[in-house]
Amino acid sequence: MQQITQQPSVIRHTRAGKINIRSGNRVSIVLRATLWTLGALTVLAFFFFDYTGFRPLQAIPETLYNLKAMFLEPKLSHFGWGEAAMQVAITLGLGALATVFGAVFAFFLALGAAENLSVPWLSKSIRVVVAFVRAVPTVLWVLIFAIAAGLGSEAAVLGMLFHSVAYLVKAFSEAFEEVDPKILEALRSTGAGWWQTVVHGVLPSTFTYLLSWTFLRFEINFSVAVAMGAAAGAGGIGFELFMASGFYFDLREVGMITYMILAVAIVLEVFSTRLKSRVYSAD
Amino acid sequence: MNETVLKKRKFQMTMLFLGVIVLTYLSAWVTDYGFVSSLEAVPGAMLWMASNLLVNGEALGKLPDIMEKLLETVFMSIAATTIAAALSLFLAIMGSKTTMVNRAFGAVSRFVASLSRNIPVVAWSLILLLSFGQNSVTGFLALFVGTVGFLTRAFIETIDEAALGSVEALRATGATYWQIVSKAVVPQGLPQMVSWVLFMIETNIRSATLVGILTGTGIGYMFDMYYKTMNYEVVALITITIVLAVILIELLSTRIRKVIL
Amino acid sequence: MPLLEVNGLSKSYQPGNPILKDVSFSVEEGEFVAVIGPSGAGKSTMLRCLNRMVDIGEGQVFFDGKDVGAQNKRGLRDVRKNIGMVFQHYNLVPRLTVIENVLHGRFGYKSTLQGVLGRFTEAEKRKAFELLEKLGIAEHAYKRCDQLSGGQQQRVGICRALIQDPKIILCDEPIASLDPNSSKVIMDHLKTISIEFGITCIVNLHQVDVAKDYANRIIGLKKGEVVFDGPSLLLTPQFTDEIYGMKTAVETRELITV
Repeated sequence: MQQITQQPSVIRHTRAGKINIRSGNRVSIVLRATLWTLGALTVLAFFFFDYTGFRPLQAIPETLYNLKAMFLEPKLSHFGWGEAAMQVAITLGLGALATVFGAVFAFFLALGAAENLSVPWLSKSIRVVVAFVRAVPTVLWVLIFAIAAGLGSEAAVLGMLFHSVAYLVKAFSEAFEEVDPKILEALRSTGAGWWQTVVHGVLPSTFTYLLSWTFLRFEINFSVAVAMGAAAGAGGIGFELFMASGFYFDLREVGMITYMILAVAIVLEVFSTRLKSRVYSAD
Repeated sequence: MNETVLKKRKFQMTMLFLGVIVLTYLSAWVTDYGFVSSLEAVPGAMLWMASNLLVNGEALGKLPDIMEKLLETVFMSIAATTIAAALSLFLAIMGSKTTMVNRAFGAVSRFVASLSRNIPVVAWSLILLLSFGQNSVTGFLALFVGTVGFLTRAFIETIDEAALGSVEALRATGATYWQIVSKAVVPQGLPQMVSWVLFMIETNIRSATLVGILTGTGIGYMFDMYYKTMNYEVVALITITIVLAVILIELLSTRIRKVIL
Repeated sequence: MPLLEVNGLSKSYQPGNPILKDVSFSVEEGEFVAVIGPSGAGKSTMLRCLNRMVDIGEGQVFFDGKDVGAQNKRGLRDVRKNIGMVFQHYNLVPRLTVIENVLHGRFGYKSTLQGVLGRFTEAEKRKAFELLEKLGIAEHAYKRCDQLSGGQQQRVGICRALIQDPKIILCDEPIASLDPNSSKVIMDHLKTISIEFGITCIVNLHQVDVAKDYANRIIGLKKGEVVFDGPSLLLTPQFTDEIYGMKTAVETRELITV
């Protein structure tokens, strides 16, 4: 390495007198602080845990044994294949209903929430409500509706609807806000009313996005519907899963049900990935 | 020409809407869903909520207990997400086409991620509950497993779009694999990855409630207990604390995201 | 013994569709060589075969007396640390500071652990600043690379190559994404480096005029074959037309004036 004669004046030094090579800007400070905080909280977390009945030395081999029984020897014993297909259909149906209704409501609310199509007070208030709705876990919505409407598909769909709407309003309104302002301006200059602008300008240029987001939500809603079946007694394959594991303790049946859920979820994921890549390659 | 395209489009749209309507009716039939009864239920439910979900003094007395369980849940979500993120980073580096060591590792890591992502958290909690019993560790593990799959997919996307050019440049200087990963791939992708981690913490606090109901831990268990004993004042208070916690974390991560992205 | 010797180099990504066909040439220490040719002629692939960023198909590449194709992992690392590389799209880590990006050039000399921990000696850091000063961007040392203009980023790329203490610098279309002014600055710097430090430069270019202005020697590639190899002065318009084909030659000239 060549010998250095003069030192450029821009060099910054650390407190130890060495040359500093870090930027020391706000971004890296915040990033570092976030990582350290998360790390510290993670370590701290293990002191807050409730370890009742936790015996790792027994639990780990037992889990391995259970996993082996579940996934290598799966078998249905309390219901047949026809019934199983029916339960999967119910779960898919719950997900579909929540998604379809959610998309319809979200479409109108998102028009109100999009800053380029709405007035500030409306868009702000919709956003606040959506943030609140999203903060309440879906299972709580379902359980709360179950008291008022009775346990059943109505409560499950209504409960799931809340989150679907909140999720899709956010996605839809962002899609609307990305519509080229020139298109809106051109339509407005021809004297088109608000609804005409939406139908002829906003909808055609965002439709494929809305479709792709809606399908993505359907994918999520399927697993939410499984969860609601298990935790809120909403029926479907999730309820069977809950019964098999919590009531019959039938590991092999749990394994079979898990396989069925996995198969449906992977099909949905592949489909929605395809849809997404088609949408994004189209523009 | 233009007219046929337009006609074809119109036809496609009509088919799509018809398809959705058929699907909706089919779903309603399969799930025994009543459109009218559900419409009727909404005002009733709202009214019920307004009149029953009211916090009173007696419920407020339970606040210390609730806060303790809430804290346990929040900590559980953070720990599960952070530890999952560390594993996901490793899996993503192995699974990304830019930084893949070899095809076999890549395929294995993507398979593990897909498995953990597509088996719902509920299934994981029920499976783990059987052998780990009713405690925080079960909930922690269930969240952890589900998070790994999601974050691995997100991290792979981040790495793929962040790192191509600089990886080539560093290989050309004679840098070793881990030098390239730690000094080019990770620094470039880190802000986006932290953003995903923050998003996942929010999501996991909500999932933790569900997992808690199933595994009998944390705030979810408490909710379930008061819900089953019809002590709705406490149910309301628990819901409010969860909402506040989630919104607080969301605000915090929005601020962090604004700075780092 | 020449610094770099290429013997019968051939390369194809798909069978039956060769990118390079029997390319042979040698480069002496201190030469400034421009490689010209239309896009798709194999310039980029050829350059990447020299430090085995792309696996060598047939033939041999000797660098500093070593058979590049026969090196194991460690040997290849030794070869690469003596070869600097500059890219069309700069290939910096955009979020890191200029000085951090420059120091990345030292990884070839460090153990994995030293590199991962980011341990650089004071001498290396001072050298980095000195190079930045030489290329006129020292005042940006603590800025993030994505805040710099294209020309400035390319200068960071050159510093990263120089801090390797390379025997040769390979430049893959270094000015293809830059405006004329920045292009001139970059080419002037490369020329200075080659003269002052005696570092050999091989530069892929698609602008014939620039190649003739700066290089001592020009290699013309067409469809993977060397069709011209000689002093820049001997590159007559006939050869240019042969390399690019009549029509494209006109188009290329237009491109330069734009």
